[in-house]
Formats: sequence, C-alpha cells, structure tokens
Amino acid sequence: MKKIAYDQQWSAMSGFSMLLYKELLRFWKVAFQTIAGPVLTTVLYLVVFAHVLAGRVEVFPGVSYTAFLVPGLVMMSSLQNAFANSSSSLIQSKITGNIIFVLLPPLGAWEFFGAYLLAAIVRGVVVGIGVYLAGLILTAVPMAKPLWVVIFAILGSGILGNLGIIAGIWAEKFDQMAAFQSFIIMPLTFLSGVFYSIHSLPPFWLWLSHANPIFYLIDGFRYGFFAHSDVDPWLSLAIATISFLALSFVVLTMLHRGYKLRH
Amino acid sequence: MAFAIQIANLEKKYPTTHALRGVSLSVEEGEFFGLLGPNGAGKTTLISILAGLTRPTGGSASVMGHDVVTDYRNARRNLGVVPQEIVFDPFFSVRETLRLQSGYFGYRKNDAWIDELLERLHLADKANANMRQLSGGMKRRVLVAQALVHRPPVIVLDEPTAGVDVELRQTLWQFIQELNRQGHTIVLTTHYLEEAETLCGRIAMLKSGQIVALDSTKNLLAGFSEKYLRLTLGSNRLPAQFNVQIIANTGNQYTLALQDFTEVEPVLAAIRESNVPILEMEVVQPDLEEVFVKIMAGQ
Repeated sequence: MKKIAYDQQWSAMSGFSMLLYKELLRFWKVAFQTIAGPVLTTVLYLVVFAHVLAGRVEVFPGVSYTAFLVPGLVMMSSLQNAFANSSSSLIQSKITGNIIFVLLPPLGAWEFFGAYLLAAIVRGVVVGIGVYLAGLILTAVPMAKPLWVVIFAILGSGILGNLGIIAGIWAEKFDQMAAFQSFIIMPLTFLSGVFYSIHSLPPFWLWLSHANPIFYLIDGFRYGFFAHSDVDPWLSLAIATISFLALSFVVLTMLHRGYKLRH
Repeated sequence: MAFAIQIANLEKKYPTTHALRGVSLSVEEGEFFGLLGPNGAGKTTLISILAGLTRPTGGSASVMGHDVVTDYRNARRNLGVVPQEIVFDPFFSVRETLRLQSGYFGYRKNDAWIDELLERLHLADKANANMRQLSGGMKRRVLVAQALVHRPPVIVLDEPTAGVDVELRQTLWQFIQELNRQGHTIVLTTHYLEEAETLCGRIAMLKSGQIVALDSTKNLLAGFSEKYLRLTLGSNRLPAQFNVQIIANTGNQYTLALQDFTEVEPVLAAIRESNVPILEMEVVQPDLEEVFVKIMAGQ
C-alpha cells in the first residue's frame, strides 16, 4: 500500500483534458449512431432534393443546385450534431445521476465549459466532413475560401454546442430536451436557407430569416465555398462571433453559479 | 490539533425545507467518525456541501483547512466521496471509469494504484467488464474505488454497505480500517448502527438539521443509557426496596434498571438474604441502537 498522497503532482489541465477525452470517447464509442447515422440521413436529403430540383433551380449564378445544397447540408448536420452532443451527454448524466462524477473533482467552470464545448465542436465538424465527402461523390463542390469554411464550421458548431450545454443543464426530463430540439433548434436550422436562397422568399419570411442567427452561419459558410453570399460575409462573421461569445458568457455564468447542477 | 473537517454554523435552506440549522462540528485528522440520523435529518445535505454538490446558505465548511466554496479545488482534491445512490456511466468499463475519475483529479498514469484498488475490492476479474454487466454490490464497490482513486486524505462514505452482502461488507470494512490506520480520516453515515458502534471512535447524531449528540462512541454508550439486570427468580418475591427499579415484570421475571454495574452485587445480596433462589441472570449492556432511539425520541 502507498502512503497518503498529500503532495502528489496535480494539474487542472489534466482534469480538463480527461473530461474532453471522456466526452470524445463517449460519442466515438457509438460512432455508428453519432456519426455514420447523421451522415447517411443528410446524404439522403441531398440525393432526393438534388434529384428533384437539379436543372430546375439555379440559386447562385454558375452553381448547380446540388452543389449549392452541399454546404448548407454540411452546416446543418454539423449544427444539429454539435447540439446533440453536449445536450445529450448532460441530460443523460443528470438523469442517470452519473453527473456526480464530474461534479466531485476539482474542475472549474472554464474546464467544464471547454471540455463539453470542444467535444461538441469536434463531433459537429467530423459529421460535417463526412457529409461533405459524401457530397463530393455526387457533385463537384469547390472551396473558394477554405479559411471562411473552417471558421464558420467551428463558430457554428460552437454556437450550437453552447446551446446544447444550456439545454442540457436547463432540462430536467428528456421531453423538455425533445421540446427544445423540436421547437427551437429544428425550425431555426430548417428556416436558415439550407435548401434555398432567402432572396426567393416572400418579404415576411425574408425578414424572419434575417432575424435567425443560423441563417448567417449557413450563408457565411456557403461564402467559403462559392465566394458568393446573400448578405455581406463580414456581417455574418460578426453576428456569428457575437452569438458565440454571448452564449459562451451565458454558459460560463450558469456554470459559475452552479445553476441546476450544484443546488 | 489539525482538523480534517471543520464545520461552523452551517445552514442550508431550500424553498420548502430547512435542511441544516446551524450545524457546527470538527473532525480531527485520522478519526473514524460516524454521522447518524434518521432519513431527512440532513446527513446527505451535509456531505453534499463538503463535496461541493450543494452550496450552503450560511456558515462555512472546510476540508483539510480548505474552504469548500472559496478554495473548492483544494477542498475537493482532499476529499473522496462514496455517494449513497448507485450510479454509473454505461459507456465505460470498470478500468475506464477509474482511469477517467483519476484523470479528472489530475492524476494520470495511476494504473498501479487502480490495480491495487481493483484487487482489494475484489473487482480485478471485472476490470474490463462494462459497468452495465456488474451486479449492484459490484457497482457499489466501483463507487468506493472511484472515491479512493485520487488517494484523498479524507474519505466520506454515505451508506456504503447498503445492498452489499455480508462477506463483501467485511472485506470493505477491513480495507477502510486499514486506510484509517494509515492516517486517512473516515466519515461514515450508515443505518447499520452496529457497524457505526464497532468502527467509529466518535459519533454525531443529527435530527431535523441539528446536532443532538456529539461525543465519543464510548461516552454515548455510557452516558445516554442505563444498564439492565434481567433476573428469573425461584418465586415472584423480589425484595421491596428494588420496586422503584423495575422496568419490566412478568411473573417471576424482572428487569431492573441500573445506573452502574456496581449496583449488581447489592441486588444479588439482598435477594440471597431473602432466601429467593436466582434461576437465571443476565446483565444487559446498552447498544448504539438503543442510544440512538432514545436520543431521537428526545430523552
């Protein structure tokens, strides 16, 4: 038996990286469900819509509808999976009670936030890459400004990862989580210009789309591919950055206060 | 004297209940301390505050001198908690669970200690089994291993033997006593009062969020309960001077209350003098359960 380790080396960084590793391992262990499944679902959207609308619609000049659709679907799947990752991890841990394992260690709000958020971003980006690669089988999708693609992929997954943390901490039952997903996340992602350019919408819906922050994520992301967008990409970048920072602030405040975690 | 745990005027109010009402107590380093009380007395709330799972609404608490709110990192590093509920993460095996828990506390490459824990808690052959495959008793032992994985100087066990069979309970206590002998401070809550009586050097009893008794186990047993003398006599003629001491009488069987064991001999002498034969005699020591029941009843 060892002596009591009062003086053992200890680092907060290690606690954070272990929590991140656990969150990554959690979805990687069921990758068929968390990565392959969403990729397949999104590719089915792509095949069906592209088959029905290819040749009839040209949204951006010189860009086929199938090619136009790919970035939107990549972003949509990234956003939904980033949200699903952090929200499902937290609500499952809360309901099964094993959240205690991450509440007992000396992990601060920043480490907790960083680990859950990064894992959500990784899952969002991995699913997005899967959809993009599958899309390339169907059509050529140029990437005119790769840096914009990367930045928007990370910001978008980060925003939805943050929303997932908020929903995961707030919800006390699975049906509250399902309501959050069905009545907030799904409408916002579907009404964000994934399948169309918002300029084709009637005025009311056009106005509503402009009020939807996810529209800017899709539009800015698509700009990275076609160097063409519905609104100024810098405006999209500004809105995405501000949304990300604001939501991060909300999450950190909730964690600092122990909202619904430390009663 | 160094204190492992110091609690001063601790208060916890929930919207509808007042779970802790000004609790103060100190546990010295190396003690085996019992925290007893009926359900709803505030034991788990107290432990949750020490562990940082619940925030106090007043007063203060510290672990190894570190305040659980303002210096929570050091307080939690020094504390291992075995929770009351059996919880587990179904995504992971036993070894993964322990490696993760060790890592959360900042300790990587801890496999030698993890192996020892698995061995001591009879889990070695289940190291690679998924948590879902374990029985309730095994899951509880994994919880014990998780609490010890960062080798905390202070270990809190909240009902650790509920649902654990007798043999494994003995194994667990041997291990915990060994840790205690090495200098670990142990705080135990249990409904098995005989366990508390055997293991704990000092005991606090909580009732409705307040401490109603706090003393060494020996003093509690000595001071809070009378001793009894049970006699079966050859006739039902107990000398009259002992009538005031009778607390039970059926025919020729008498139970007399004693303040002290030195009172036994005068009773026996008086009975012999009155020529009444003594057929059976039993001196009854109080146990902790009796002390507990009396204290909780407000006696």
